[in-house]
Amino acid sequence: MASIQNYTLNFGPQHPATHGVLRLVLELDGEVITRADPHIGLLHRATEKLVETKTWAQALPYMDRLDYLATICNEHAYCLAVERLLGVDVPVRAQYIRVMFDEITRILSHLMFIGSHGLDVGAMSMMLYACREREDLLDCYEAVSGSRWHTAYYRPGGVYRDLPDAMPQYKESKWKNGARLKRLNEARSGSFLDFLQDFVNRFPKIIDDYETLLTDNRIWKQRLIGVGAISSERALQLGCTGVMLRAGGLAWDLRKKQPYAVYDRLDFDVPVGTAGDCYDRYLVRVNEMRQSTRIIQQCIDWLRANPGPVISDNHKVALPRRADMRSNMEELIHHFKLCSEGIHVPEGQVYSAIEHPKGEFGVYVVSDGANKPYRLKIRSAAYAHLSAVDELVRGHMIADVVAIIGSIDIVFGEIDR
Amino acid sequence: MSAKLELLIQNLRKHLGDRIAGLRTAFGEITLDVDAAAYPEAMRTLRDEPELRFEELSDLCGVDYSTYGNGRWQGKRFGVVLHLLSVTHNWRLRARCFADDDDFPAMPSVVSVWNSANWYEREAFDLFGIVFPGHADLRRLLSDYGFVGHAFRKDFPISGYVEMRYDPEQKRVVYQPVSIEPREITPRVVREENYGDVGNG
Repeated sequence: MASIQNYTLNFGPQHPATHGVLRLVLELDGEVITRADPHIGLLHRATEKLVETKTWAQALPYMDRLDYLATICNEHAYCLAVERLLGVDVPVRAQYIRVMFDEITRILSHLMFIGSHGLDVGAMSMMLYACREREDLLDCYEAVSGSRWHTAYYRPGGVYRDLPDAMPQYKESKWKNGARLKRLNEARSGSFLDFLQDFVNRFPKIIDDYETLLTDNRIWKQRLIGVGAISSERALQLGCTGVMLRAGGLAWDLRKKQPYAVYDRLDFDVPVGTAGDCYDRYLVRVNEMRQSTRIIQQCIDWLRANPGPVISDNHKVALPRRADMRSNMEELIHHFKLCSEGIHVPEGQVYSAIEHPKGEFGVYVVSDGANKPYRLKIRSAAYAHLSAVDELVRGHMIADVVAIIGSIDIVFGEIDR
Repeated sequence: MSAKLELLIQNLRKHLGDRIAGLRTAFGEITLDVDAAAYPEAMRTLRDEPELRFEELSDLCGVDYSTYGNGRWQGKRFGVVLHLLSVTHNWRLRARCFADDDDFPAMPSVVSVWNSANWYEREAFDLFGIVFPGHADLRRLLSDYGFVGHAFRKDFPISGYVEMRYDPEQKRVVYQPVSIEPREITPRVVREENYGDVGNG
């Protein structure tokens, strides 16, 4: 009788279900996985080495290119690290704007998760609905920063500029005209905050719609319940953070436990799961979107009532206003020094961690007092999660690999860096 | 300094004793220096001791100090920096350990203490050439298959040594020496302390 040997299967790197360029070498016994060896680095751009040759300000846009589905949160961690080294105070209004955009980003990231996870598991229409809502939020990005993805909106010391008073409107065209154009522009007739308020009013109902499509869907449950389960203790040992921990029942959220910006002034809950499987991770993310909507609502109310500066007036760090520069020698010198040489960050090392949509995102910077970082290390959540994939997929079927990879929500920009 | 950090420092002194080679607090964070000989044991104590209880290794990375402060650095060249998190006590710690030999940096592996160290140590080996005896599967992680050198060392040029292109004659992708001219737009400067302060010229 012929002996039965394990079969090795190459999965990716060019495969839509790998969410980027992941190459998985799967060792199979029949259709059951006995070992998974992820090969990463196909998107390695050496961000951490590149920023060693860039000034502190030039390094910021590189953060956007890490997790490109949650660009603004990456900037936040970097800015917090630089600000702590510099000891510069960030105006409260800027902190509220940051929190608001962090939560917008969380919704954006989780929407992408629902859409792409749906695609992976076989619910095609989810992607279309998720992208419909993402469109509105990306318009928010565009309105404040001019860019829909790589915003570079947060700066050490605050944010680039205040929220705009008007939203861009759709123009009349062959496809958008008459009553349709009027309806599309209705929410855009007021300020930026009015537009976001309109979204916040609509969004809870939209999440309900998503849940009617998925939460009790028999196929969805059959594909996810009991798949890729991990206990909290094991998750800690494997370096998991964020939703991966919370789905197992451990209410660990840096926004609550080690608050940064103004999270300690806001009212929100931390959703947790029980089983730690793919289905619980889905439920936690859906509930996080509801909580994020709550936080955004509180930020809108505060920002309406409290105008003020949005970036530090310390011109050793933040650029002076254009108008002042034209009339004032001092400001002009500051501008010249900041643009030609950059910020000088005092010697020291700092690790700043934030609650990123995917988990704990940390930036470790070592400064030797120069105008460029000496060493920058990015701790990305998905990197630790992907290294745990071997343990998660063992004993499951090939089709479950796709569900597990989808549910840990990986983005290769931040894994390969 | 907050009461919490004070307590953590006390606990560290109590349980690590003379295994501490340095303990510093700056920017609200504690940095613990450990000698390479005491490193694995000290890490195990940090995890298991109920008064410390660092259950999670958030991050482990290599640092090459050879050009620190434009040549001001006197100590050893390669350091391994760990960021630890205790979910029980809600505190963080940075542990740093230097490799004894600059030419062949080696450091005991901590994969058995925290399983998450697996990929972090592979990465540090790949990018800095730090070897971790005791690691079961120390392969390159991020660099290309067959990559030569360790890219994040300070003496490795930012443009690298080789570039890749498609050769139409051989009908395959080939490596060739890099054709990029190195350039520096903003020079790296370390100013004296108090640079630019009022009354400092």
